[in-house]
Amino acid sequence: MIINLNIKTMSLDRRNFIKTIGFAGLTLAVGKGFGSPNPNEDDTEFHAMLFDSTICIGCRSCENACAKAHDFPEPDDELKAGVIRKTNETRRGVINKYDTSKGELFVRNQCMHCNEPACAAACLTQAMYKTREGPVIWREDKCMGCRYCMVSCPFDVPKFEYHSANPKIQKCDMCYDRIIKGEIPACAEACGDALIFGTRRELLAEAHKRIAENPKDYNGKIYGEDVAGGTGLLYLASADFDELGFNTKLQNSSYPELSKGFLFSVPSIFVLLPPLLLGIREATKNNLPKEEENE
Amino acid sequence: MSNPAYVVAKENDNRSIWRFIFNELKPKGKWLTPFNIISIPIILLGLALIVIRFWKGIGSITNLTQEIPWGLWIGFDVVTGVAFAGGAYVLTFMVYILNLKKYHSIVRITVLNGFLAYVFYAGALLLDLGRPWNVVNPIIGNNFGTSSVLFLVAWHFMLYMIAELIEFSPTIAEWLGARRARKILSGMTIGAVIFGITLSTLHQSGLGALYLMAKDKIHPLWYSEFIPVLFLVSSIFAGLSMVIFEGSISHKVFFSKISEKNHKAQKGILTGLSKICAGAMFAYFFLQLLVFIHGKHWDLLNSPMGYWFLVEMFGFVLLPMLLFVYSYRKSNILMVRVAAILTMLGIIINRLNVTVIGFRWDAPVHYFPSWMEIVVTLAVIFTEIWIFRWIINRMPVLNDPPSWAKED
Repeated sequence: MIINLNIKTMSLDRRNFIKTIGFAGLTLAVGKGFGSPNPNEDDTEFHAMLFDSTICIGCRSCENACAKAHDFPEPDDELKAGVIRKTNETRRGVINKYDTSKGELFVRNQCMHCNEPACAAACLTQAMYKTREGPVIWREDKCMGCRYCMVSCPFDVPKFEYHSANPKIQKCDMCYDRIIKGEIPACAEACGDALIFGTRRELLAEAHKRIAENPKDYNGKIYGEDVAGGTGLLYLASADFDELGFNTKLQNSSYPELSKGFLFSVPSIFVLLPPLLLGIREATKNNLPKEEENE
Repeated sequence: MSNPAYVVAKENDNRSIWRFIFNELKPKGKWLTPFNIISIPIILLGLALIVIRFWKGIGSITNLTQEIPWGLWIGFDVVTGVAFAGGAYVLTFMVYILNLKKYHSIVRITVLNGFLAYVFYAGALLLDLGRPWNVVNPIIGNNFGTSSVLFLVAWHFMLYMIAELIEFSPTIAEWLGARRARKILSGMTIGAVIFGITLSTLHQSGLGALYLMAKDKIHPLWYSEFIPVLFLVSSIFAGLSMVIFEGSISHKVFFSKISEKNHKAQKGILTGLSKICAGAMFAYFFLQLLVFIHGKHWDLLNSPMGYWFLVEMFGFVLLPMLLFVYSYRKSNILMVRVAAILTMLGIIINRLNVTVIGFRWDAPVHYFPSWMEIVVTLAVIFTEIWIFRWIINRMPVLNDPPSWAKED
């Protein structure tokens, strides 16, 4: 890889700003993926979680474990088919009940931990950050609370504390602090079978294996394999994903791709426009009688 | 300090510059004008609401939700306000790059207007930031989020404010009687203009590019990969319409400050601007048409949002364009103004359609700004007009520069 900038350690001054903008375009074009670190240097794989709704019984121990792990109030509202509970500032992952053509099913909703997250590409301070271990995390000391991550996330995941003078963005971080200690996320630990944790490669293989072994039990697709450029949350279900509250209209390419073209044009405009303007100025100057300059 | 004393002292004594500024800070003229009577309570109420906002959080005075995180303060104050401030880059392009000297007399007021718009409307952004104390992070490198369009827009706002301040600074130097400083500063004008136009091209389009990743959230009639181009082209006539609108008001309010020669030139300037507006709007309308055909959304036209789209395109782009054409053919100044106001309404509608009305148009709960968001927005606008008026009453913006400035 020719251009592989470690933006974190690059020291910049104002003169280098134009260069940085240029690199913004170049890294987008040449870099293998957003925020994905140099693959030559370490072999850390993206971690992921696989949720199999054919196994989930809606016991919500994952919700309770999450609340306990992050000091949130324990959820006490009832599950009802047709009522969609959403994640919010005090609830990073939820289980919902759906009445489907295949009977009553439960689905977990939380941050998808995209391979190329729109939120991280949107963040102008890299507060929203795709770690090399896979989780997308939020870093308090960097965030300025602009909420552009919320505008950009196709899954509406980041939640903002609107009623705080020192507001935070709340979203699932796949228990990043536990992962780097070698432990597994609290929800996956509490669940044990419907929600499992591993590397994305292993879990994808596992999901394909389950579909191949029991084709009648599944709808044949893995939500998260391709959507939004691939996500760290993978879903298996018997009923169609449409029936289970999934947005199946989302594109399969990554979302940061959408603003790539614009960012890529920035360096060329910065280089080409000023001389063009100077040229026009010189060309139009001579047509006029000499007047006072620069005024 | 009595008046004659500081005029004499001003020329030599450095210390008395501060006395001069102190004297200038005092209000001039009548206090109880209708504008003041309306604006003062709104500004005070706005300040109180801002205190509540920082004390209890953004949710205490806004109607923003988890699904609609950007409302009036971004959609109107920043996105629309910056489009209206586009007049400065268009006009400096015409005067300094195309050497159209005809428009020289309105450059200063337009640059001042643009500069204040950036300071106040981009400044209003601080109210919308949940954690404004971290606003310097992308500047100091904690961290440089170079993959973000917002990173580009933030840097550009800052750099463009500096460029516009440099463009305006000779006027400040004339006001202070600083001859040497004026000479140095006017030498920097061309550099600042070229830098400023480049920055404007990128961040006017960048404001549109912000929404590129919100592909599934914006109504398809307003979302396309061409939002950046559409935003850039529309900022040309948005800015110039603002120049026409603001110029017409300034012309009445500050009548006595404008020289005979410039009074006479006004008609020619306005018809000239309406010609440029008409041209830019034709290009914009054509682009919108291409984007629409390209998007294949014929079926969506027969829906409430579709009708609204047609109203925007025909009532607020095509109609004012035709009015501009009519007004420069007939030299009808009244029609120029009507067309400018219609165009500005059209820009407000367009920017809000992308950022607020069409954003999550399909959500069960729609966002409508609270009265408190509106009051804060009005307070920001009124404060800007106060500062604008203060500067025009003191610095040679509309009136001719002092005689010594011409000799240099």
